[in-house]
Amino acid sequence: MRDVAIIGVGCTKFGELWDSSFRDIFVKAGVSALEDAHMHGEKVDAMYIGNMSGGRFIEQEHIGALIADYSGLATLHIPATRVEAACASGGLALRQGVLAVASGYHDIVVVGGAEKMTDVGVDTATDALAAAADREWEGIMGATFPGLYGMIARLHMHKYGTTREHLAAAAVKNHRNGSMNERAQFQNEITIDDVLGSQMVADPLRVLDCSPITDGAAAVILAPAEIATRYTDTPVYVKASAQASGTISLHDRKDITTLDASVWAGRRAFKMAGLAPKDIDLVEVHDCFTIAEICAIEDLDFVPKGEGGKATLEGMTAIGGSIPVNTSGGLKACGHPVGATGVKQAVEITEQLRGTAGKRQVNGAEVGMTHNVGGSGATAVVHIFSRNR
Amino acid sequence: MAVPRFWRRLKNLYNLLGTHCKNCGSYYYPPRNICPACRRGGKVEPYKFKGAGEVLTYTIIHGGPKDNARPTPYVLAIIKLDEGPRLTSQIVANPEDVKIGMRVKSVFRKLGEESKHGIIYYGTKFIPA
Ligand SMILES: [Zn+2]
Repeated sequence: MRDVAIIGVGCTKFGELWDSSFRDIFVKAGVSALEDAHMHGEKVDAMYIGNMSGGRFIEQEHIGALIADYSGLATLHIPATRVEAACASGGLALRQGVLAVASGYHDIVVVGGAEKMTDVGVDTATDALAAAADREWEGIMGATFPGLYGMIARLHMHKYGTTREHLAAAAVKNHRNGSMNERAQFQNEITIDDVLGSQMVADPLRVLDCSPITDGAAAVILAPAEIATRYTDTPVYVKASAQASGTISLHDRKDITTLDASVWAGRRAFKMAGLAPKDIDLVEVHDCFTIAEICAIEDLDFVPKGEGGKATLEGMTAIGGSIPVNTSGGLKACGHPVGATGVKQAVEITEQLRGTAGKRQVNGAEVGMTHNVGGSGATAVVHIFSRNR
Repeated sequence: MAVPRFWRRLKNLYNLLGTHCKNCGSYYYPPRNICPACRRGGKVEPYKFKGAGEVLTYTIIHGGPKDNARPTPYVLAIIKLDEGPRLTSQIVANPEDVKIGMRVKSVFRKLGEESKHGIIYYGTKFIPA
Protein backbone atom coordinates (compact mmCIF):
# COMPACT_ATOMS: atom_id res chain seq x y z
CA MET A 1 0.00 0.00 0.00
CA ARG A 2 1.27 3.47 -0.93
CA ASP A 3 0.88 6.64 1.13
CA VAL A 4 -1.59 9.08 -0.43
CA ALA A 5 -1.58 12.89 -0.46
CA ILE A 6 -4.02 15.66 -1.37
CA ILE A 7 -2.25 17.95 -3.85
CA GLY A 8 -5.10 20.24 -4.85
CA VAL A 9 -8.53 21.36 -3.64
CA GLY A 10 -11.44 23.32 -5.05
CA CYS A 11 -14.93 24.23 -3.87
CA THR A 12 -17.79 26.36 -5.15
CA LYS A 13 -19.83 28.80 -3.14
CA PHE A 14 -22.49 26.83 -1.23
CA GLY A 15 -26.07 28.09 -1.34
CA GLU A 16 -29.10 28.45 -3.58
CA LEU A 17 -27.17 28.78 -6.84
CA TRP A 18 -30.13 29.47 -9.14
CA ASP A 19 -27.99 30.78 -11.99
CA SER A 20 -25.73 27.69 -12.05
CA SER A 21 -26.53 24.20 -13.32
CA PHE A 22 -25.25 20.89 -11.93
CA ARG A 23 -22.70 20.86 -14.75
CA ASP A 24 -21.55 24.40 -14.01
CA ILE A 25 -20.83 23.68 -10.36
CA PHE A 26 -18.91 20.42 -10.72
CA VAL A 27 -16.78 21.83 -13.53
CA LYS A 28 -16.01 24.89 -11.43
CA ALA A 29 -14.94 22.82 -8.41
CA GLY A 30 -12.90 20.38 -10.53
CA VAL A 31 -11.09 23.08 -12.51
CA SER A 32 -10.16 25.03 -9.40
CA ALA A 33 -8.80 21.84 -7.77
CA LEU A 34 -6.69 21.06 -10.88
CA GLU A 35 -5.40 24.65 -11.00
CA ASP A 36 -4.56 24.41 -7.31
CA ALA A 37 -2.48 21.29 -8.11
CA HIS A 38 -0.85 23.11 -11.05
CA MET A 39 -1.99 20.51 -13.56
CA HIS A 40 -4.28 20.01 -16.54
CA GLY A 41 -6.88 17.34 -17.15
CA GLU A 42 -4.68 15.07 -19.27
CA LYS A 43 -2.77 14.06 -16.12
CA VAL A 44 -5.92 12.60 -14.53
CA ASP A 45 -6.08 8.78 -14.37
CA ALA A 46 -9.53 8.33 -12.80
CA MET A 47 -12.47 10.12 -11.16
CA TYR A 48 -14.72 9.20 -8.26
CA ILE A 49 -17.83 11.31 -7.79
CA GLY A 50 -20.02 11.50 -4.69
CA ASN A 51 -23.63 12.20 -5.61
CA MET A 52 -26.65 11.10 -3.61
CA SER A 53 -29.66 11.60 -5.79
CA GLY A 54 -29.14 13.09 -9.23
CA GLY A 55 -32.11 11.02 -10.33
CA ARG A 56 -34.46 12.83 -7.97
CA PHE A 57 -32.85 16.28 -7.81
CA ILE A 58 -32.10 16.86 -11.51
CA GLU A 59 -33.64 13.75 -13.14
CA GLN A 60 -30.17 12.68 -14.24
CA GLU A 61 -28.41 9.41 -13.51
CA HIS A 62 -25.11 8.24 -15.02
CA ILE A 63 -23.40 11.07 -13.15
CA GLY A 64 -19.88 9.63 -13.46
CA ALA A 65 -19.99 9.68 -17.25
CA LEU A 66 -21.65 13.10 -17.35
CA ILE A 67 -18.96 14.64 -15.17
CA ALA A 68 -16.12 13.00 -17.13
CA ASP A 69 -17.65 14.31 -20.37
CA TYR A 70 -18.23 17.89 -19.24
CA SER A 71 -14.80 17.97 -17.60
CA GLY A 72 -13.36 17.25 -21.04
CA LEU A 73 -12.08 13.85 -19.97
CA ALA A 74 -14.43 11.53 -21.88
CA THR A 75 -12.18 12.03 -24.92
CA LEU A 76 -9.33 10.54 -22.84
CA HIS A 77 -11.62 7.63 -21.81
CA ILE A 78 -10.61 7.68 -18.14
CA PRO A 79 -12.72 5.60 -15.74
CA ALA A 80 -15.31 7.76 -13.94
CA THR A 81 -17.31 6.21 -11.11
CA ARG A 82 -20.25 7.60 -9.18
CA VAL A 83 -20.37 6.60 -5.52
CA GLU A 84 -23.58 6.69 -3.46
CA ALA A 85 -24.14 6.36 0.27
CA ALA A 86 -26.79 9.04 0.87
CA CYS A 87 -25.26 12.05 2.68
CA ALA A 88 -21.96 10.13 3.05
CA SER A 89 -21.53 9.84 -0.74
CA GLY A 90 -18.72 12.43 -0.79
CA GLY A 91 -16.74 10.82 2.02
CA LEU A 92 -17.17 7.44 0.37
CA ALA A 93 -15.97 8.81 -2.99
CA LEU A 94 -12.89 10.17 -1.23
CA ARG A 95 -12.27 6.77 0.30
CA GLN A 96 -12.59 5.04 -3.10
CA GLY A 97 -10.05 7.51 -4.52
CA VAL A 98 -7.66 6.89 -1.63
CA LEU A 99 -7.96 3.11 -2.09
CA ALA A 100 -7.31 3.45 -5.84
CA VAL A 101 -4.12 5.49 -5.33
CA ALA A 102 -2.91 3.47 -2.32
CA SER A 103 -3.33 0.20 -4.21
CA GLY A 104 -1.26 1.43 -7.16
CA TYR A 105 -4.13 1.13 -9.63
CA HIS A 106 -4.11 4.86 -10.36
CA ASP A 107 -1.72 7.77 -9.71
CA ILE A 108 -3.62 11.03 -10.17
CA VAL A 109 -7.25 10.75 -9.07
CA VAL A 110 -9.91 13.47 -8.97
CA VAL A 111 -12.45 13.03 -6.18
CA GLY A 112 -15.52 15.18 -6.62
CA GLY A 113 -18.76 15.65 -4.76
CA ALA A 114 -21.70 17.52 -6.23
CA GLU A 115 -25.40 18.02 -5.55
CA LYS A 116 -27.90 20.40 -7.11
CA MET A 117 -30.87 20.38 -4.73
CA THR A 118 -32.81 23.55 -5.55
CA ASP A 119 -33.96 22.64 -9.06
CA VAL A 120 -36.91 20.84 -7.41
CA GLY A 121 -39.39 22.01 -4.79
CA VAL A 122 -38.84 21.52 -1.08
CA ASP A 123 -41.33 18.60 -0.88
CA THR A 124 -39.53 16.66 -3.63
CA ALA A 125 -36.13 17.41 -2.10
CA THR A 126 -37.35 16.32 1.34
CA ASP A 127 -38.74 13.08 -0.08
CA ALA A 128 -35.48 12.39 -1.96
CA LEU A 129 -33.56 12.84 1.30
CA ALA A 130 -36.02 10.56 3.12
CA ALA A 131 -34.79 7.73 0.87
CA ALA A 132 -31.62 7.66 3.00
CA ALA A 133 -33.72 6.12 5.80
CA ASP A 134 -35.65 2.83 5.62
CA ARG A 135 -38.47 3.73 3.24
CA GLU A 136 -40.60 0.67 4.04
CA TRP A 137 -40.31 0.65 7.85
CA GLU A 138 -39.56 4.27 8.75
CA GLY A 139 -40.67 6.51 5.87
CA ILE A 140 -44.14 4.97 5.37
CA MET A 141 -44.75 5.18 9.12
CA GLY A 142 -44.34 8.97 8.89
CA ALA A 143 -40.65 9.35 9.71
CA THR A 144 -38.81 12.40 8.32
CA PHE A 145 -35.12 13.15 8.83
CA PRO A 146 -35.77 15.90 11.37
CA GLY A 147 -38.14 13.39 13.02
CA LEU A 148 -35.47 10.68 13.32
CA TYR A 149 -32.91 13.11 14.75
CA GLY A 150 -35.63 14.62 16.92
CA MET A 151 -36.11 11.18 18.51
CA ILE A 152 -32.34 10.93 19.09
CA ALA A 153 -32.37 14.40 20.66
CA ARG A 154 -35.29 13.67 22.98
CA LEU A 155 -33.69 10.47 24.31
CA HIS A 156 -30.28 12.19 24.68
CA MET A 157 -31.95 14.92 26.75
CA HIS A 158 -33.81 12.30 28.82
CA LYS A 159 -30.77 10.08 29.48
CA TYR A 160 -27.99 12.64 29.91
CA GLY A 161 -29.69 15.87 30.90
CA THR A 162 -28.75 17.54 27.63
CA THR A 163 -30.65 20.83 27.35
CA ARG A 164 -32.16 22.84 24.53
CA GLU A 165 -29.43 25.47 25.13
CA HIS A 166 -26.74 22.79 24.69
CA LEU A 167 -28.15 21.88 21.28
CA ALA A 168 -28.55 25.51 20.23
CA ALA A 169 -24.92 26.23 21.13
CA ALA A 170 -23.78 23.98 18.26
CA ALA A 171 -25.77 26.04 15.72
CA VAL A 172 -24.60 29.34 17.23
CA LYS A 173 -20.94 28.25 17.05
CA ASN A 174 -21.30 26.96 13.49
CA HIS A 175 -22.92 30.20 12.30
CA ARG A 176 -20.04 32.14 13.91
CA ASN A 177 -17.56 29.95 11.97
CA GLY A 178 -19.62 30.31 8.80
CA SER A 179 -19.48 34.10 9.13
CA MET A 180 -15.71 33.78 8.52
CA ASN A 181 -16.11 31.52 5.45
CA GLU A 182 -16.93 33.26 2.17
CA ARG A 183 -18.15 29.92 0.71
CA ALA A 184 -20.76 29.42 3.44
CA GLN A 185 -24.48 29.50 2.64
CA PHE A 186 -25.18 31.40 5.88
CA GLN A 187 -22.65 34.00 6.96
CA ASN A 188 -24.83 35.60 9.62
CA GLU A 189 -24.28 35.12 13.33
CA ILE A 190 -27.21 33.88 15.43
CA THR A 191 -27.94 33.66 19.16
CA ILE A 192 -29.24 30.88 21.37
CA ASP A 193 -32.54 32.81 21.63
CA ASP A 194 -32.80 32.87 17.81
CA VAL A 195 -32.54 29.07 17.76
CA LEU A 196 -35.01 28.58 20.63
CA GLY A 197 -37.48 30.99 19.02
CA SER A 198 -37.31 29.49 15.51
CA GLN A 199 -40.15 27.44 14.06
CA MET A 200 -40.67 23.95 15.49
CA VAL A 201 -39.95 21.17 12.96
CA ALA A 202 -39.72 17.89 14.88
CA ASP A 203 -39.98 18.54 18.60
CA PRO A 204 -37.47 19.22 20.21
CA LEU A 205 -35.70 20.26 16.97
CA ARG A 206 -36.43 23.65 15.41
CA VAL A 207 -35.56 25.16 12.03
CA LEU A 208 -32.24 26.55 13.28
CA ASP A 209 -31.23 23.07 14.49
CA CYS A 210 -31.40 21.80 10.90
CA SER A 211 -28.91 22.00 8.01
CA PRO A 212 -30.37 23.65 4.90
CA ILE A 213 -31.04 22.49 1.33
CA THR A 214 -28.00 23.54 -0.69
CA ASP A 215 -26.36 23.51 -4.11
CA GLY A 216 -22.61 23.03 -4.23
CA ALA A 217 -19.62 21.04 -5.41
CA ALA A 218 -16.16 20.30 -4.09
CA ALA A 219 -13.13 18.44 -5.43
CA VAL A 220 -9.73 17.22 -4.27
CA ILE A 221 -6.83 15.84 -6.31
CA LEU A 222 -5.03 12.78 -4.91
CA ALA A 223 -1.54 11.55 -5.77
CA PRO A 224 0.94 9.02 -4.37
CA ALA A 225 2.83 10.70 -1.52
CA GLU A 226 6.22 10.12 -3.14
CA ILE A 227 5.41 12.39 -6.08
CA ALA A 228 3.16 14.90 -4.27
CA THR A 229 5.81 17.62 -3.96
CA ARG A 230 6.12 17.74 -7.76
CA TYR A 231 2.74 19.47 -7.74
CA THR A 232 2.56 21.37 -4.47
CA ASP A 233 4.79 22.68 -1.69
CA THR A 234 2.12 21.86 0.87
CA PRO A 235 0.81 18.33 0.38
CA VAL A 236 -1.64 17.08 2.98
CA TYR A 237 -1.19 13.40 3.73
CA VAL A 238 -4.05 10.93 4.24
CA LYS A 239 -3.17 9.09 7.46
CA ALA A 240 -6.36 7.03 7.70
CA SER A 241 -9.45 6.22 5.66
CA ALA A 242 -12.07 4.25 7.55
CA GLN A 243 -15.68 3.31 6.90
CA ALA A 244 -18.31 1.44 8.90
CA SER A 245 -21.94 0.35 8.58
CA GLY A 246 -24.80 0.47 11.07
CA THR A 247 -28.45 -0.54 10.83
CA ILE A 248 -30.44 1.34 8.18
CA SER A 249 -33.29 1.95 10.66
CA LEU A 250 -32.73 4.06 13.74
CA HIS A 251 -34.99 1.76 15.79
CA ASP A 252 -32.60 -1.19 15.33
CA ARG A 253 -29.59 0.55 16.93
CA LYS A 254 -28.26 -0.94 20.15
CA ASP A 255 -28.49 2.56 21.67
CA ILE A 256 -30.64 5.16 19.90
CA THR A 257 -28.27 7.99 20.97
CA THR A 258 -25.10 6.31 19.62
CA LEU A 259 -24.23 6.05 15.93
CA ASP A 260 -22.35 2.74 16.04
CA ALA A 261 -21.02 3.33 12.53
CA SER A 262 -19.34 6.55 13.73
CA VAL A 263 -17.86 4.75 16.73
CA TRP A 264 -16.40 1.99 14.56
CA ALA A 265 -15.18 4.21 11.73
CA GLY A 266 -13.54 6.48 14.31
CA ARG A 267 -11.82 3.64 16.16
CA ARG A 268 -10.55 2.13 12.91
CA ALA A 269 -9.23 5.51 11.74
CA PHE A 270 -7.39 6.20 15.01
CA LYS A 271 -5.86 2.72 14.90
CA MET A 272 -4.81 3.06 11.26
CA ALA A 273 -3.15 6.44 11.91
CA GLY A 274 -1.65 5.36 15.23
CA LEU A 275 -3.24 8.42 16.83
CA ALA A 276 -5.67 9.20 19.65
CA PRO A 277 -8.37 11.90 19.95
CA LYS A 278 -5.93 14.16 21.87
CA ASP A 279 -3.67 14.22 18.78
CA ILE A 280 -6.35 15.77 16.54
CA ASP A 281 -6.15 19.57 16.17
CA LEU A 282 -9.54 20.08 14.50
CA VAL A 283 -12.42 18.05 13.08
CA GLU A 284 -15.22 18.54 10.56
CA VAL A 285 -18.18 16.46 11.78
CA HIS A 286 -21.52 15.64 10.15
CA ASP A 287 -23.87 18.14 11.86
CA CYS A 288 -26.96 17.62 9.69
CA PHE A 289 -28.79 18.55 12.91
CA THR A 290 -27.41 20.11 16.11
CA ILE A 291 -27.92 16.83 18.00
CA ALA A 292 -25.83 15.08 15.31
CA GLU A 293 -22.81 17.24 16.19
CA ILE A 294 -23.28 16.44 19.90
CA CYS A 295 -23.46 12.69 19.15
CA ALA A 296 -20.48 12.92 16.75
CA ILE A 297 -18.02 14.40 19.24
CA GLU A 298 -19.12 11.74 21.76
CA ASP A 299 -19.02 8.83 19.30
CA LEU A 300 -15.56 9.90 18.03
CA ASP A 301 -14.39 9.93 21.66
CA PHE A 302 -13.54 13.63 21.96
CA VAL A 303 -15.82 13.78 25.03
CA PRO A 304 -17.41 11.04 27.18
CA LYS A 305 -20.91 9.87 26.14
CA GLY A 306 -23.51 12.32 27.34
CA GLU A 307 -21.17 15.30 27.78
CA GLY A 308 -21.19 16.63 24.21
CA GLY A 309 -23.85 19.26 24.83
CA LYS A 310 -22.20 20.71 27.91
CA ALA A 311 -18.78 20.76 26.18
CA THR A 312 -20.29 22.62 23.21
CA LEU A 313 -22.00 25.27 25.38
CA GLU A 314 -18.74 25.77 27.33
CA GLY A 315 -16.80 26.53 24.13
CA MET A 316 -14.59 23.44 23.93
CA THR A 317 -15.42 23.03 20.22
CA ALA A 318 -15.10 26.69 19.21
CA ILE A 319 -12.07 28.01 17.28
CA GLY A 320 -9.61 28.60 20.14
CA GLY A 321 -11.13 25.76 22.17
CA SER A 322 -9.34 22.48 22.84
CA ILE A 323 -10.88 20.74 19.79
CA PRO A 324 -12.35 23.11 17.20
CA VAL A 325 -15.31 21.47 15.44
CA ASN A 326 -16.68 22.52 12.05
CA THR A 327 -14.49 25.55 11.35
CA SER A 328 -16.11 25.73 7.89
CA GLY A 329 -19.47 26.41 9.52
CA GLY A 330 -20.37 22.75 9.22
CA LEU A 331 -23.43 21.46 7.43
CA LYS A 332 -25.54 23.91 9.44
CA ALA A 333 -23.99 27.19 8.24
CA CYS A 334 -21.71 26.27 5.32
CA GLY A 335 -24.61 24.26 3.83
CA HIS A 336 -25.28 20.63 2.99
CA PRO A 337 -25.28 19.74 -0.72
CA VAL A 338 -25.51 16.09 0.31
CA GLY A 339 -23.11 14.41 -2.15
CA ALA A 340 -20.57 17.26 -1.87
CA THR A 341 -20.40 17.52 1.91
CA GLY A 342 -17.83 14.78 2.56
CA VAL A 343 -15.47 16.25 -0.04
CA LYS A 344 -15.96 19.81 1.22
CA GLN A 345 -14.93 18.61 4.68
CA ALA A 346 -11.60 17.43 3.20
CA VAL A 347 -11.17 20.77 1.41
CA GLU A 348 -11.64 22.63 4.71
CA ILE A 349 -9.15 20.44 6.59
CA THR A 350 -6.60 20.78 3.74
CA GLU A 351 -6.84 24.57 3.84
CA GLN A 352 -6.53 24.56 7.64
CA LEU A 353 -3.45 22.30 7.56
CA ARG A 354 -1.89 24.48 4.86
CA GLY A 355 -2.53 27.50 7.09
CA THR A 356 -4.62 29.28 4.45
CA ALA A 357 -8.03 29.32 6.20
CA GLY A 358 -7.92 33.08 6.81
CA LYS A 359 -9.98 34.46 9.70
CA ARG A 360 -11.11 31.00 10.80
CA GLN A 361 -7.57 29.54 10.85
CA VAL A 362 -6.81 27.21 13.76
CA ASN A 363 -3.32 28.22 14.91
CA GLY A 364 -0.67 25.58 14.36
CA ALA A 365 -3.06 22.97 12.95
CA GLU A 366 -1.08 19.86 11.98
CA VAL A 367 -3.58 16.97 12.16
CA GLY A 368 -7.25 17.13 11.14
CA MET A 369 -10.18 14.74 10.87
CA THR A 370 -13.36 14.50 8.80
CA HIS A 371 -16.54 12.59 9.74
CA ASN A 372 -19.30 12.07 7.16
CA VAL A 373 -22.55 10.20 7.90
CA GLY A 374 -25.19 8.65 5.65
CA GLY A 375 -28.83 8.63 6.78
CA SER A 376 -29.43 8.43 10.50
CA GLY A 377 -26.10 6.59 10.86
CA ALA A 378 -26.16 3.54 8.57
CA THR A 379 -22.85 4.64 7.01
CA ALA A 380 -19.98 6.60 8.52
CA VAL A 381 -16.68 7.57 6.91
CA VAL A 382 -13.78 9.01 8.89
CA HIS A 383 -10.51 10.35 7.45
CA ILE A 384 -7.44 11.63 9.27
CA PHE A 385 -5.07 14.06 7.52
CA SER A 386 -1.67 15.42 8.48
CA ARG A 387 0.84 18.00 7.25
CA ASN A 388 3.51 15.40 8.00
CA ARG A 389 3.90 12.21 6.02
CA MET B 1 -45.37 3.92 -4.27
CA ALA B 2 -46.66 1.24 -6.64
CA VAL B 3 -49.46 -1.01 -5.35
CA PRO B 4 -47.51 -4.34 -5.29
CA ARG B 5 -44.78 -2.85 -3.11
CA PHE B 6 -47.36 -2.16 -0.43
CA TRP B 7 -49.63 -5.13 -1.06
CA ARG B 8 -46.95 -7.77 -0.56
CA ARG B 9 -46.30 -6.46 2.96
CA LEU B 10 -49.95 -6.25 4.04
CA LYS B 11 -49.85 -9.21 6.39
CA ASN B 12 -46.80 -7.76 8.14
CA LEU B 13 -48.30 -4.28 8.40
CA TYR B 14 -51.84 -5.29 9.40
CA ASN B 15 -51.02 -7.97 11.96
CA LEU B 16 -47.54 -7.08 13.27
CA LEU B 17 -46.27 -10.24 11.66
CA GLY B 18 -42.52 -10.55 12.07
CA THR B 19 -40.06 -13.39 12.46
CA HIS B 20 -38.55 -15.54 15.20
CA CYS B 21 -35.13 -17.24 14.95
CA LYS B 22 -35.40 -20.81 16.23
CA ASN B 23 -31.62 -21.04 16.36
CA CYS B 24 -30.96 -18.29 18.94
CA GLY B 25 -34.45 -17.24 20.05
CA SER B 26 -34.32 -13.62 18.74
CA TYR B 27 -37.49 -11.89 17.53
CA TYR B 28 -37.61 -9.49 14.56
CA TYR B 29 -40.04 -6.87 13.42
CA PRO B 30 -39.85 -5.93 10.58
CA PRO B 31 -39.40 -9.54 9.43
CA ARG B 32 -35.95 -10.68 8.37
CA ASN B 33 -34.79 -13.65 6.33
CA ILE B 34 -31.38 -13.83 8.01
CA CYS B 35 -31.03 -13.45 11.76
CA PRO B 36 -28.48 -10.64 12.49
CA ALA B 37 -27.81 -12.11 15.95
CA CYS B 38 -26.57 -15.53 14.82
CA ARG B 39 -26.51 -14.99 11.02
CA ARG B 40 -28.37 -18.23 10.30
CA GLY B 41 -30.95 -18.13 7.54
CA GLY B 42 -32.52 -21.56 7.72
CA LYS B 43 -34.39 -21.48 11.01
CA VAL B 44 -36.36 -18.25 10.74
CA GLU B 45 -40.15 -18.65 11.17
CA PRO B 46 -43.07 -16.18 11.10
CA TYR B 47 -44.18 -14.78 14.46
CA LYS B 48 -47.21 -12.64 15.25
CA PHE B 49 -46.37 -10.02 17.87
CA LYS B 50 -48.83 -9.34 20.66
CA GLY B 51 -48.72 -5.61 19.99
CA ALA B 52 -47.89 -4.43 23.50
CA GLY B 53 -44.83 -2.39 24.31
CA GLU B 54 -43.41 0.86 25.61
CA VAL B 55 -42.23 4.20 24.18
CA LEU B 56 -38.44 4.37 23.93
CA THR B 57 -38.37 7.87 22.44
CA TYR B 58 -40.66 10.11 20.37
CA THR B 59 -40.95 13.36 18.47
CA ILE B 60 -43.84 15.59 17.46
CA ILE B 61 -43.65 16.27 13.74
CA HIS B 62 -44.87 19.72 12.77
CA GLY B 63 -43.86 19.77 9.11
CA GLY B 64 -43.38 17.12 6.51
CA PRO B 65 -44.21 15.92 3.03
CA LYS B 66 -47.84 16.67 2.16
CA ASP B 67 -50.11 13.74 2.89
CA ASN B 68 -53.90 14.07 3.30
CA ALA B 69 -54.03 11.17 5.71
CA ARG B 70 -51.26 12.55 7.88
CA PRO B 71 -52.24 15.97 9.23
CA THR B 72 -49.58 17.63 11.38
CA PRO B 73 -48.71 17.69 14.18
CA TYR B 74 -48.45 13.95 14.78
CA VAL B 75 -46.45 11.87 17.23
CA LEU B 76 -43.77 9.57 15.81
CA ALA B 77 -42.15 7.12 18.20
CA ILE B 78 -39.76 4.24 18.55
CA ILE B 79 -41.63 1.51 20.41
CA LYS B 80 -40.03 -1.47 22.11
CA LEU B 81 -42.34 -4.48 21.83
CA ASP B 82 -42.52 -6.76 24.87
CA GLU B 83 -40.94 -9.59 22.84
CA GLY B 84 -37.84 -7.41 22.30
CA PRO B 85 -37.78 -5.82 18.85
CA ARG B 86 -38.29 -2.12 18.24
CA LEU B 87 -40.19 -0.39 15.50
CA THR B 88 -41.03 3.10 14.27
CA SER B 89 -44.72 4.02 14.34
CA GLN B 90 -47.16 6.78 15.18
CA ILE B 91 -48.90 7.20 18.52
CA VAL B 92 -52.50 8.31 18.29
CA ALA B 93 -52.77 10.53 21.35
CA ASN B 94 -52.60 14.11 22.50
CA PRO B 95 -48.88 15.02 22.06
CA GLU B 96 -48.70 16.43 25.60
CA ASP B 97 -49.76 13.07 27.04
CA VAL B 98 -46.95 11.07 25.42
CA LYS B 99 -44.01 10.25 27.69
CA ILE B 100 -40.85 8.15 27.40
CA GLY B 101 -41.53 4.80 29.06
CA MET B 102 -45.34 4.90 28.68
CA ARG B 103 -47.14 1.64 27.83
CA VAL B 104 -48.80 1.43 24.41
CA LYS B 105 -50.75 -1.12 22.37
CA SER B 106 -51.19 -1.58 18.63
CA VAL B 107 -54.27 -0.52 16.66
CA PHE B 108 -55.26 -0.77 12.99
CA ARG B 109 -55.25 2.66 11.32
CA LYS B 110 -54.85 4.51 8.05
CA LEU B 111 -51.15 5.25 7.43
CA GLY B 112 -51.29 7.43 4.34
CA GLU B 113 -52.65 7.97 0.87
CA GLU B 114 -51.00 8.71 -2.46
CA SER B 115 -53.29 11.60 -3.41
CA LYS B 116 -56.94 12.57 -3.04
CA HIS B 117 -58.02 9.69 -5.30
CA GLY B 118 -55.02 7.40 -4.89
CA ILE B 119 -54.61 4.20 -2.91
CA ILE B 120 -54.90 4.37 0.85
CA TYR B 121 -52.39 2.59 3.05
CA TYR B 122 -53.48 0.94 6.27
CA GLY B 123 -51.28 -0.50 8.96
CA THR B 124 -50.41 -0.43 12.62
CA LYS B 125 -50.28 2.58 14.91
CA PHE B 126 -50.23 2.65 18.71
CA ILE B 127 -52.43 4.12 21.44
CA PRO B 128 -51.81 4.54 25.18
CA ALA B 129 -52.47 1.21 26.94
ZN1 LIG C 1 -30.61 -16.18 15.45
